[in-house]
Amino acid sequence: MFYTADMLKVFQQHRGDAIVVPGRGGRHWINISTAPNLDVPLGDPAMGGHAAFAFGLALARPDRKVVIFDSEGDIQMGLGILLTIAEQRPANFYHFLLDNECYATTGGQPVPNAKNTAYDAIARGAGYPSAFAFDELEDFSRSLPGILGEPGPVFVAMKVHPEVENKPIGQRRKWMTRTREQVIKDLQQALSESRGRASVAQGA
Amino acid sequence: MNDAVMAHLSPKVVLEELKKHGVTHVVWLPDSETNWLYLLMKAEPSLHLVAVPREGLACSVAAGLAAGGKTPVILIQNTGLMESGDSIRGWLLGLNVPVVLMVGLRGWTRHGVTQDTAATFTEPFLNAFRISYYLVESDADASRISVAFEEARRTKRPVAVLVGDEYHGFNR
Repeated sequence: MFYTADMLKVFQQHRGDAIVVPGRGGRHWINISTAPNLDVPLGDPAMGGHAAFAFGLALARPDRKVVIFDSEGDIQMGLGILLTIAEQRPANFYHFLLDNECYATTGGQPVPNAKNTAYDAIARGAGYPSAFAFDELEDFSRSLPGILGEPGPVFVAMKVHPEVENKPIGQRRKWMTRTREQVIKDLQQALSESRGRASVAQGA
Repeated sequence: MNDAVMAHLSPKVVLEELKKHGVTHVVWLPDSETNWLYLLMKAEPSLHLVAVPREGLACSVAAGLAAGGKTPVILIQNTGLMESGDSIRGWLLGLNVPVVLMVGLRGWTRHGVTQDTAATFTEPFLNAFRISYYLVESDADASRISVAFEEARRTKRPVAVLVGDEYHGFNR
């Protein structure tokens, strides 16, 4: 097992110009990312839909890598999306799973079958051409460049330490610095600016 | 045969409406009303079909497509609409997604007593979420699909089109 923030620091070194949907890793990623306008930190719009949202974004923007940091609680709620993703095979889609074996934001109660579920095997069975599992940061760090060099969809299950929140929601630190609407606007602006630069470069 | 029996909603007319409004992706889960439309959509090169296994997922996929600058439409049945409550709240209303939901109105009838609770609860459900909706039963109503697209774009909200042609459906 490793800490989400440590893993995200490793990922940042290889992020390139990927769009990142940090999911439940958002509260860490927001302090690590160096390209916030290509980040889509949404908090928790509705549980179970993060991967589907990122997949939709990947279909819309095939010119960019789209990386999602999903959680096992979310994926258990929307497991069927793995089949849709496998069928559509977006080559730019990188599906990372933060598996802390519990519902950390509600006090740390275990998810169903918390300790005995192989999410990489589920992804492979759903039809992902490539799936990995890591519980050591060193192994993850060594493998990450190769994983991001593969065509998607790729699935990466990771065992992470639970960082349980027990305070009432109203007393928790608010980590989001932008509204969801602003996050989407900033992303669209950043993508349109980079597209404009690419057109100019092609013209030149 | 009288006019009421003759009136129906042609899948070609529906497809033309989708194309007219620049729909790029159809995120859908098949229902008994949509098979013929499915065959037409599959043959239409400007549309990308994305099948999902549960309707709530259609909302988050559509939200991602819209965030990436595409124009999705969601095609589901009223049973799945109700299953999708939290996803409609969080992903569509929460992210101001201007999307049209084309909803097969299972159980809808203008005659006698509605027996199917899927139809009974559809309008109260949409009203609870403050989602506008337009009933489309025949080709004569097809312009309401345009109304729905324009309203979704103007208000940056999801708008529903209720397809009340269950008996004929799109299956001719």
